[in-house]
Amino acid sequence: MTAPARPGLAARPYLAALRARFYLTLQYRAAALAGLTTQCWWGVMKILVLAAFYRGAPHQPMSLGQAVGYTWLGQAFLVMLPWNADPDVVEMVRSGAVAYERLRPVDTYAYWYVRALAWMAARVLPRAVPMFLIAAVVLPLTGLGAWSLPPPPDWPAAVLFTISIICAALLSTAMVQLVTGVVVATLSAKGANAIAPALSNILSGGIVPLLLFPAWMRLGLFLQPFAGLVDIPFRIYLGQLAGAGAAAGIGLQLAWTAVLVLVGRGFLAHSLERLQVQGG
Amino acid sequence: MAQIRVEQLCKRYAVAERQPGAWGAVKGLFHRRQRVVEALKDVSFSLQAGELLGFIGPNGAGKSTTVKILSGILRPTSGLCEIDGLTPWLHRIRHVARIGVVFGQRTQLWWDLPVIESFELLRDIYRVDEAAFRRTKAEMVERLRIERLLDTPLRQLSLGQRMRCEIAAAMLHRPSILFLDEPTIGLDATSKLAVREVVRTLNREEGVTVILTTHDMHDIEALAERVIVIGNGVVLRDSSFEALRAEALGETRLVVEFAGAPSAIDIPGVSTRTREDGAVELAFDARRMPAHALISRIAAEHDVADIHVEEPQIEAVIARFYALHGAAEG
Amino acid sequence: MNALRLYGRYAAASIAGQMQYPGAFALTAVAQFANTFVGFAGVWALFARFGHIGGWSLGEIALFYGAISMAFAIADALSRGFDVFGQEFVKTGNFDRLLLRPRATSLQLAGYEVRLASLGRLSQGAVVLAVGIWLAPIRWSLGDATLLAWAVAGGVAMFYGLLILQATLSFWTVESLEVVNIVTYGGVEAGQYPLDIYARWFRDLMMFVVPIGCVGYLPLTAILGRPNVFGAPAWAAAASPLVGWAFLGAALVIWGAGVRRYTSTGS
Repeated sequence: MTAPARPGLAARPYLAALRARFYLTLQYRAAALAGLTTQCWWGVMKILVLAAFYRGAPHQPMSLGQAVGYTWLGQAFLVMLPWNADPDVVEMVRSGAVAYERLRPVDTYAYWYVRALAWMAARVLPRAVPMFLIAAVVLPLTGLGAWSLPPPPDWPAAVLFTISIICAALLSTAMVQLVTGVVVATLSAKGANAIAPALSNILSGGIVPLLLFPAWMRLGLFLQPFAGLVDIPFRIYLGQLAGAGAAAGIGLQLAWTAVLVLVGRGFLAHSLERLQVQGG
Repeated sequence: MAQIRVEQLCKRYAVAERQPGAWGAVKGLFHRRQRVVEALKDVSFSLQAGELLGFIGPNGAGKSTTVKILSGILRPTSGLCEIDGLTPWLHRIRHVARIGVVFGQRTQLWWDLPVIESFELLRDIYRVDEAAFRRTKAEMVERLRIERLLDTPLRQLSLGQRMRCEIAAAMLHRPSILFLDEPTIGLDATSKLAVREVVRTLNREEGVTVILTTHDMHDIEALAERVIVIGNGVVLRDSSFEALRAEALGETRLVVEFAGAPSAIDIPGVSTRTREDGAVELAFDARRMPAHALISRIAAEHDVADIHVEEPQIEAVIARFYALHGAAEG
Repeated sequence: MNALRLYGRYAAASIAGQMQYPGAFALTAVAQFANTFVGFAGVWALFARFGHIGGWSLGEIALFYGAISMAFAIADALSRGFDVFGQEFVKTGNFDRLLLRPRATSLQLAGYEVRLASLGRLSQGAVVLAVGIWLAPIRWSLGDATLLAWAVAGGVAMFYGLLILQATLSFWTVESLEVVNIVTYGGVEAGQYPLDIYARWFRDLMMFVVPIGCVGYLPLTAILGRPNVFGAPAWAAAASPLVGWAFLGAALVIWGAGVRRYTSTGS
């Protein structure tokens, strides 16, 4: 293959994959509506429990209002956690069509990465936007301001949050790619999908904000890769992580993404090669 | 007394119409426009114990609606149906204990279990006592030649083997009526013959009443003494298969090949046409002029090398019948 | 053969079928265990920070949590047929097959599959319940143990009723029924804490609309010797799991109406 003349040309297959996947996933509106209802309900239940805990001991490293905001953000970005391997790739592995994927004149890891990113974006946006509207606009209007998602404290927080949540998507996709690598290596989605969701859910802050874990665990929890999925962007949004702290958080997200992409790339190449040797 | 009595069966469905667009979907939540579909308008017939009835008609004619009502899984809008003194939809459990049903495209056995274990489960579901079960099982295993299949999980059997096991399963509780829905669909020639053979035996030797719905006219030709044609929700025809064939057949064709130079054939009521290969094709109405009379007359008057009768394909005959009654699928 | 023995036969057949793919159910069970386990890890973390919730200790919460989890896991294991009813019976027309057999459709669906993978959730619930029994600040008597078993049984009945109601909806629509999960899974989540920690409206919802409180909160407060927020006397709290059975009965009646609707409209 000769080097493409223009950089735009090189990106074209990836952009096409991104667009096609995005529109396809957007079509499942009924499922999105059902998902939104469920997410609101779970948000309410989590907040009720948190409120009960705070009533007994209100002075914590994170106020109840912040914990409520954190919970709503968690519901809005729920599907951004690396729950499963890309279902299309799982299907390709199952049917054996994965061999044809190797025939495309593109880098398989990059191509799959972009597909998985589009899949995630298309699932996140239709859920996150209405969830934001409900938690940040509708709730205060109905007099439930104390239980709503507050706006970020200042403009830098909003900008840094936007950067950080994009980094979270990139990081999550890198994790999805690792799971996909396991699927290709084991030729089954069952094993890889068994543990990954549980692990990422608790370690990202998806179940309990990481700041509410015992103090001695705090540094370790901040440094591990899953914090970049939920805890870092959310704390930036709430103004808890600003300035140097926010920069460190985003730096951690990017560093973990780089590491996981490198590892995932090598792992996937190795798995695919083995698949070809076996004639799979 | 008739075993099955069906009178003026009528079934109407209300079908919700979806309105297009997102706004239509929202409106649909509160108010739905409905359209009434009349699957059955007026279906009546009766059947004696031990008959073998072929039930045919184009797709959407009302065949499967009728069979669903007869087997007790659908209630009609109006009309009467009595089978062995029971009304199927009112006495579902007692009724279905006395019938056997085989669907060609659906299994009633357990996918991951060896066939014999499915049989034992069915024994318990139908409350068949052990001695009777053993007797029937042995008989069916022999008739259907499935001895060697019994210990194999269903999913590993071929379609033909599976269908034989399905029929055996449907007979384990000794039903007096057997419903067969497309029992030969997708089967190879050998399996088709085997299935037909068994159905015939069950009907003739055991006196089981059989109701067979199928699109395969060879099934009907091979098995059914009596045929009900259903179309647009009414019974179009209820007669022997031979009579149906004769009616739809209309004209028969005779092909004459001459030994020497062809000579003109001029018989009233017979139209002729010379084919490309030189043979002459005669079309006539077999009900007015028997084929054998025509053949002996031509053989006497002309120098003939070969004469044979050509009948249209049975599928074509039935298709013509549907078209004749405007019952073909629109 | 009576219904109970037939059910046993169904269950044996289902287990034999699943044993042909041992890896599949083991992995699903592990996943279930992991997912529910991290849920309780979250509860532990919150107690490590806050100390108590509304005056309840971790040991007491473990009792509520374990009892409700076990009840749901058992109901979930035995109700697979209802769970997949819309997709695998109504959409495909396979429900006709059940109607053609001389047995109650609910019995046949109950026997459709005994889900071995539910062992994952069940074992997690059992571990948490054991922790709760160990840590709960009471001396266990035979009466307490009986009442606990009675509460779990009532919980199984109530969750089973919920799952039947969910399946009954499939007679009307098979689209997006996972919304109903907010009462099944949501009920499990809510019942894991004593209802008095919640806001009034939510507490009433979980008591009088979905009677989770009758199979968890009330009998367990009776065991722990604590007053309940609804002001029910101790004997009523002890008897309340009966409501779970009544709920199951009502669900079966509504199921029957759904079946009648199906048989008059067809698929």
